Amino acid sequence: MRPFLPSTIAVSPDLRPNLWDAALLPIMFGLLALMAWGALQMDAPYDVGAPLPLSLDPSNLPYYLLRSALRMLAALCLSLGFTLTYALLAAKVPALERVLIPLLDILQSIPILGFLSITVTGFIALFPGNLLGVECAAIFAIFTSQAWNMTSSLYQSLRTVPSDLVEASAMFHLSPWRRFLRLELPFAVPGLVWNMMMSVSGGWFFVVASEAITVSGQTIMLPGVGSYIALAIQERDLAAIGWAILAVLAAILAYDQLFFRPLVAWADKFKFEQSQGEDTPESWLLTLMQRARFFRAASRLPHGLWRGLLNVMPRQSVRLRPAATEWLLPPWLDKVWNGLLLVALLIAVGWVSIFVHGAVGFTEIASVVGMGAVTALRIIVLTAVASLVWVPVGVWIGLRPRMAGRLQAVAQFLAAFPTNLVFPVVVMLIVHFHLNVEIWTSPLMVLGTQWYILFNVISGASSLPSDLKDAAGNLGLKGWLKWKRFILPGIFPSYLTGAITASCASWNASIVAELVTWGDTRLVATGLGSYIADATGNGDFPRIALGIAVMCVYVMAFNHFVWRRLYTLAAERLRIA
Amino acid sequence: MTAQTPLLLLEEVRKTFRTPDRRERTVLEGVNFRLEEGEIVALQGKSGSGKSTLLRVMAGLVRSNGGKALYRGNPILGPVQGISMVFQTFALFPWLTVQQNVELGLEALGVRPSEREDRANTAIEMIGLGGFEGAYPKELSGGMRQRVGFARALVMNPDILLMDEAFSGLDVLTAENLRDDLLELWRERKIPTKGMLLVSHNIEEAVYMADRVLIFSSDPGRVKGEIKVGLEHPRDPDSPAFRQIVDEVYGLMTATTRTAGGAAADPMHIGYRLPDATPNRMAELLETIAEPPFLGRADLPALAEATELPDDALFHLFEGVRVLGLARLAVGDIFLTPAGKAFVDAEPSGRKELFAEHLLRTIPLAARIRRVLDERRDHRAPEERFLQELQDYLSADESERVLETVITWGRYAEIFDYDYNAGVLMLPEEDDEDHKDAAAEAPPPDQS
Repeated sequence: MRPFLPSTIAVSPDLRPNLWDAALLPIMFGLLALMAWGALQMDAPYDVGAPLPLSLDPSNLPYYLLRSALRMLAALCLSLGFTLTYALLAAKVPALERVLIPLLDILQSIPILGFLSITVTGFIALFPGNLLGVECAAIFAIFTSQAWNMTSSLYQSLRTVPSDLVEASAMFHLSPWRRFLRLELPFAVPGLVWNMMMSVSGGWFFVVASEAITVSGQTIMLPGVGSYIALAIQERDLAAIGWAILAVLAAILAYDQLFFRPLVAWADKFKFEQSQGEDTPESWLLTLMQRARFFRAASRLPHGLWRGLLNVMPRQSVRLRPAATEWLLPPWLDKVWNGLLLVALLIAVGWVSIFVHGAVGFTEIASVVGMGAVTALRIIVLTAVASLVWVPVGVWIGLRPRMAGRLQAVAQFLAAFPTNLVFPVVVMLIVHFHLNVEIWTSPLMVLGTQWYILFNVISGASSLPSDLKDAAGNLGLKGWLKWKRFILPGIFPSYLTGAITASCASWNASIVAELVTWGDTRLVATGLGSYIADATGNGDFPRIALGIAVMCVYVMAFNHFVWRRLYTLAAERLRIA
Repeated sequence: MTAQTPLLLLEEVRKTFRTPDRRERTVLEGVNFRLEEGEIVALQGKSGSGKSTLLRVMAGLVRSNGGKALYRGNPILGPVQGISMVFQTFALFPWLTVQQNVELGLEALGVRPSEREDRANTAIEMIGLGGFEGAYPKELSGGMRQRVGFARALVMNPDILLMDEAFSGLDVLTAENLRDDLLELWRERKIPTKGMLLVSHNIEEAVYMADRVLIFSSDPGRVKGEIKVGLEHPRDPDSPAFRQIVDEVYGLMTATTRTAGGAAADPMHIGYRLPDATPNRMAELLETIAEPPFLGRADLPALAEATELPDDALFHLFEGVRVLGLARLAVGDIFLTPAGKAFVDAEPSGRKELFAEHLLRTIPLAARIRRVLDERRDHRAPEERFLQELQDYLSADESERVLETVITWGRYAEIFDYDYNAGVLMLPEEDDEDHKDAAAEAPPPDQS
């Protein structure tokens, strides 16, 4: 099955480390040592206002890259922990579910970049005189870009565990804890891993954006690729930007090969399917690990841990409860709970209005809503333009299976690339050709997000059933008729997934895309994004809050009134079973 | 025999579910049942008759609302250690190997790893899966997977083995093999199991395996009758005695409640559970009965063989043609009514007219839909309106299935039409012409 790896070595009976070990050990220990060293660097004394030494010398880049990658990893672990707690509570406790799930919906639509300058103040206060506070703020920003979709994926999985397996677990006396570890968690793994991958892919953008943080008018630059780029932009150093792009590409590649490929290949066994899929994902690293003797021996440790985890909770016999009342509050308490929620809601709304209104008049609020409309218009137009370009291209690629596999990976890769890296180039072009700022900064918003459309369309087109393709050919479907009756309806569900991801990410991107700088050159396009970016730069909290709130409302309105409806339509009518 | 405590004893068991609008829907009513040591009992009944719910009450997966459910004299309050279950869908954990799947229950009970392994190996060997311990379920065929299901149940050394249509997901030959292997283990006492209960849709399977066959009636589910199978194992399905019993079961299955239980049959109401039968299938069935060798009257088992349909599907068709008044059933036979004969002889358009006439007369739901559509000014009504009414009688899933069925029948009869995207029922287009003037005078708004 894996012809490029000689399998005979793995089955040799002696106990000495085999060849695979020789290849693997240096890789693994090297990685571990690097991570430990990098983590130690985070804890450094620092006072707000003191300049951090940062240099544009490319030889420093590997170090900066390590720091950025570690931040990403820390945020990912944090997201995972958050996901487990939050989704579990939401799925198991109905009283909390009522609050947590709508809250998740809101959290998902908060523009993270606007959020950053609010949280960083808190974190700095938490670790006075140490850089760890700023570090935490950056990690927190990355975390907020990663956690929500992972959480909703886990929650969905927990709610859709097949009922026959739930019955079987009860029949064979699995305690709730054991059922979670043996059934619910494994069932959720493939979705969770996929969402982790998407999260990290989206996260690079925020790594770059969150390392140079502005607090009370001062910019703190954490050692990392993001700061390197920020500095390069300040100093108009084009070569440095080039180096940074290369470095980030390398980092994305390393994450993919060393982390996600093995993870995806491993998670494949949890896929809930009754027959073997045609092509199973593979990873050279996982294969190496499964064949290396040292690692097979070392894997006893996680095995033992897993067994311990299974037995950590006491066995308890399952008692029958009328299913619906599980964890349900008694009616009077339920009313009190609802009342409390309502009061909390009113207080929150009141407080925010007072806070915002103290600094901002009604006319400004109205104008902010108007700016939101401008940004919305940009996003709609650009998503449409991107679709017009990438749908035909994606279909063309998707219908050619051999190309599809390779190019889909490339598109995914491009989606992970933090496009804020190439903004300076665009700024230079706009200035050089004296282009209209309002129009020509707009493409920046979809620069990074268009790839979501492309790779979803590719995957949709390549999974069009071949019998339908044959039938379409046999009936002589051609040209527009073929597109209207076969291809467009066939790829619509996948396209929609891509378009939703793209448009949501574009809102976030608008904060960095509507206000771009290159040295002293500052280009501002009217819109909600530039409003928030401007307020953030000035540390103007009421305006940041207002901007975020308005953007939140826009994103949620879009989700509810446009995307969700299209999604139901696609799910009901166009799903190819 | 009666002095002994039965393995399982159900007395006046009742189970209700709550409909979305907080009304109660009765699924089981006054069910009495006992399973003695050494017995195999089969439960037969139409799908949706509550057999599966009853099985889950016994398994301790569902709690009854009334009556008693006792295992060896003790009330069943949850899954009991002496009772194991085999599922129709196998219910194997795809991420666990065969060995791990089989060990799962022992592991949950805290059995030591070495003992666990021994017992699992014995069970795997016994059920004929030796050599596949390390395989994942997805690597196995359907029959092998169900063997894992059996090994997983038997490794618990259960007193009682419950089988929820354990063989119906398998092809005929595989099912036969597995049944024989299980019966052999049972007869030769290689398993400590004292009693077995199987829910089945396949009459031959029930008669082949069971000592008693219980027939279940639906809405609400209760035991309608019982047939004892006094044949020695291994049984020969072609022997006259065997055929005789199969015939009896068919007869009892198709008998209306009036003739068997003593309780009068419920008058047909809106919530009548329409059988899962399409008009085309029913037409084919009627044709088969009209043609030689049956010539208008057919013996049910013979018809089953001629149509090559599974029992479950066949009973739905029988029920369909019966309620429409196109055929009648009497002790083990089905014969065409005059209307049924006229239907077979008619041209396609004549068939449709006849079908429409019978549909509106015999099925209250169809009549109701047509009346509502006639009364409304725009001749359209959302499906939710009828679904809600149905949910007073049926579960949400069943309501949807029944509405789908009536829509198919109504479309065939051309008495109403349905817009899938909008989820709206409406009059067919030609019919609209008659009402066009009325509609033109006072356009839309829906009055309900």
